[in-house]
Formats: sequence, structure tokens, C-alpha cells
Amino acid sequence: MVQVKIPTPLRKYTAGAGSVEAQGATVTALVDDLERRYPGMKARLCDESGQVRRFVNIFVNGEDIRFLKHLDTPLKAGDELSIVPAIAGGR
Amino acid sequence: MLRARAVLGQPIPPASEPLSATSAFQLVGNTPLVEIRRVRDGIAPGVRLFGKLEGFNPGGSVKDRPALKMIQDGLARGALRPGKTILDSTSGNTGIALAMVGAALGYPVELVMPSNVSVERKKVVVAFGAKAIYSDPLEGSDGAIRLCRKILAEAPDRYFKPDQYNNAANPQAHYETTGPEIWRQTAGEVTHFVAGIGTGGTIMGTGRYLKEQNAAVQIVAAEPDDAFHGLEGLKHMASSIVPGIYHEDALDRKIGIATDDAYNMVYRLGREEGLLVGQSSGAAHVAALEVARALEHGTIVVLFADFGDRYLSTNLWLGWQRLQGTLP
Repeated sequence: MVQVKIPTPLRKYTAGAGSVEAQGATVTALVDDLERRYPGMKARLCDESGQVRRFVNIFVNGEDIRFLKHLDTPLKAGDELSIVPAIAGGR
Repeated sequence: MLRARAVLGQPIPPASEPLSATSAFQLVGNTPLVEIRRVRDGIAPGVRLFGKLEGFNPGGSVKDRPALKMIQDGLARGALRPGKTILDSTSGNTGIALAMVGAALGYPVELVMPSNVSVERKKVVVAFGAKAIYSDPLEGSDGAIRLCRKILAEAPDRYFKPDQYNNAANPQAHYETTGPEIWRQTAGEVTHFVAGIGTGGTIMGTGRYLKEQNAAVQIVAAEPDDAFHGLEGLKHMASSIVPGIYHEDALDRKIGIATDDAYNMVYRLGREEGLLVGQSSGAAHVAALEVARALEHGTIVVLFADFGDRYLSTNLWLGWQRLQGTLP
């Protein structure tokens, strides 16, 4: 299982949990698994074409997937994936 | 390529007397308006659109106005005095503004910000001599607010906290400066004022002043269309800690803006108007066009809170070349 860190604005899908478990051999598969467990999540992370939305950052063990293999970045049990929106809020 | 436009006018000549001030903070305010002539998307010729370029403030954003006013107010009340440190939570521009004014007045500044604020912001506050304290990026600006409260509670006598979210001096700054400037710059012709909401200070204070001059002026807020968004500096009020200075009933209209639409507007304003602004300005201009489409006549002033160069390392510009087709 992969530990997934959930940002505050998406915790409405996880019953308030800031960290959940999900599985998948790649980030794509993990996002699909998140959608099965927490319906509605995928549309927040990806656009209609399936690409990660421009303001969404996904880190695997602290590395931005843009500098890895994007959605094809491989995952293994024990990895940590963080979903971090571009900064938002009152200045 | 875009077609070159006809020359519309000459650059404004220098003032007859040199502009000078005895300190940087005296240069806050009096920012220019510029007419938006291309990014109008077919709105009626009787509607004029103006951007108020807050990036011309010495700290680079609209936040210089409330930062200066809150510090002046603190000094006047004796809440800020020698030996105290200015402390606040901020996701960026207010921090830069407080750091700038603090440096100009000789007060130390400590700022709590989410660790995912842009690299440029972190560097600028440190360059002004301020200390940056980072909060959990997953919790956004509300996480910074909470951490700042904790730091203050541990040493309340050490700090002066302007508290931009609850300090009446924040909207008051706009009531005293932004509002009168817009009224004067449009010769009282302004019919609509459009701005993003972060703390709500800009739209509350400016709106109140303009309504007092002409109750028919419409005050329109642009906000992110969802709690999960990428519009740095703006708050989705329904899912946030609502600032004490924000009163939604003072608004005539609130328009939800999608992050992608705001980002695309930033690219257009740069390429079509020669105005490189930040994403909150893009959001405000999307809202302004929506307002404008319903009008035959009007004078709309849109607040462009800052320039875009301090966002070049952020998601706003990551991958944009691919979108524009200029990179594979």
C-alpha cells in the first residue's frame, strides 16, 4: 500500500482524513484506486484528457512527478505520495 | 504573430518636478490606471476597461497599502514600539509588504507562510531582512494562520501582529487611498469595480469609498470556483477561515473563476496588452469580462494586484510552453 497525503480542500472526500492508503503500480493506477475508494477525487486532480491539472503538484517520496515519469511514475509498497495544490489563500 | 497596433499615443513625459521621497514607504499608492484595449472579447464599444496596476507599489503589490496602514496604526496606538517584532501569517505579498515597511522603519519582521509559496517570494522577504517561518503546505494559508497564532500565544509581549484578516486598518487603507485614486483617475465615471478576494480588504475598503461617492457603482468580487484551486492570493470563502473584515453583503456580485481560465488570461494579458501580471489579476479580468458582456455602456476598473515576474517559478508558468505550442 502507498500512503497518500491529502490537502485540506480534498479532505471532504476522505471523511476528513489527512492521510489515506491506496494502491497502484503507477501514479495513474493509484489515482484510479483513489477514485474507487473516494469517488470524485480523480476529477479534482486530472482534467478531461486525463492529465494532471496545471495547479496540482504530485510528489512521490518528496520528488515532483514532473521530474520523474509524470503519471507513469512507478510506485511500490511503502512509498509516500503527496498531493499539494499551488499555494492558495488570502495573501 | 499578432498584428502590430497603431501608435495610440506618446509615452507620458516626466513630471516637471522630480519625484522624490524621504523613505520607500512614502511611495506606496498613487498607482496608474491603464486602458485594456485588446483583451475585450467583443464587448460593446461603450464599455471601457481599465486595469489598476498595483505592481507599481514599492513592495510590488497592492498589499503595500494595508501593510503600511496597519503599521502606522500600530505605532499610533503604541501597540508597535521599539523592541517589538512584527509577526504575521501570509502566503506572500503581505509578507513582502510588511518586510519592506519594517525595513524602511527599522523594525524586525517574522513571517509565517506555507512552505510551498513561490521561491521568488521566499527570497524577496529574506532580502528585506525578514525571517521566514514555514507551515505545512497541505494546510494552505489557514495552516499558516494557525501556526502564527501559536507562535504569538507563546510570546505575546514580544510581537506586534498586524493581523490583516481582522484589522480594520486593512480595508481603511483602501478606503483612504485606492478608492479615492480610482474615483479621481476616472473623473467619477467608474461604474464597476472588480477585484479578487484574499482577505477582502481591497474590495471592502475600495467598495465602501466608491459607494459613498455614487451608490450605483457595482462592486464585484472574483473568487476561486472551488476550494481546491491554484489562484495564489485568493480565498474560496465557503471553505476557508472567513476574515473578520470581510462582509459579503457589501458586495453586489461574486463570480467564481476556474484556475485554468485565470491562467490563460494571464498569458493573454502578457502577449496582447504587454501586461505581465499575477494569477489573481487574471482571475479578476475574467470576472471583469463577464460583467462587461452584459453592458452597453460603463467604465470598469479591474484591480491587478501585482506583476507576474514573482510567479515565474510557479505552476502558473510550468509547462505553459507546451500549451502554447512553442515547446514539444
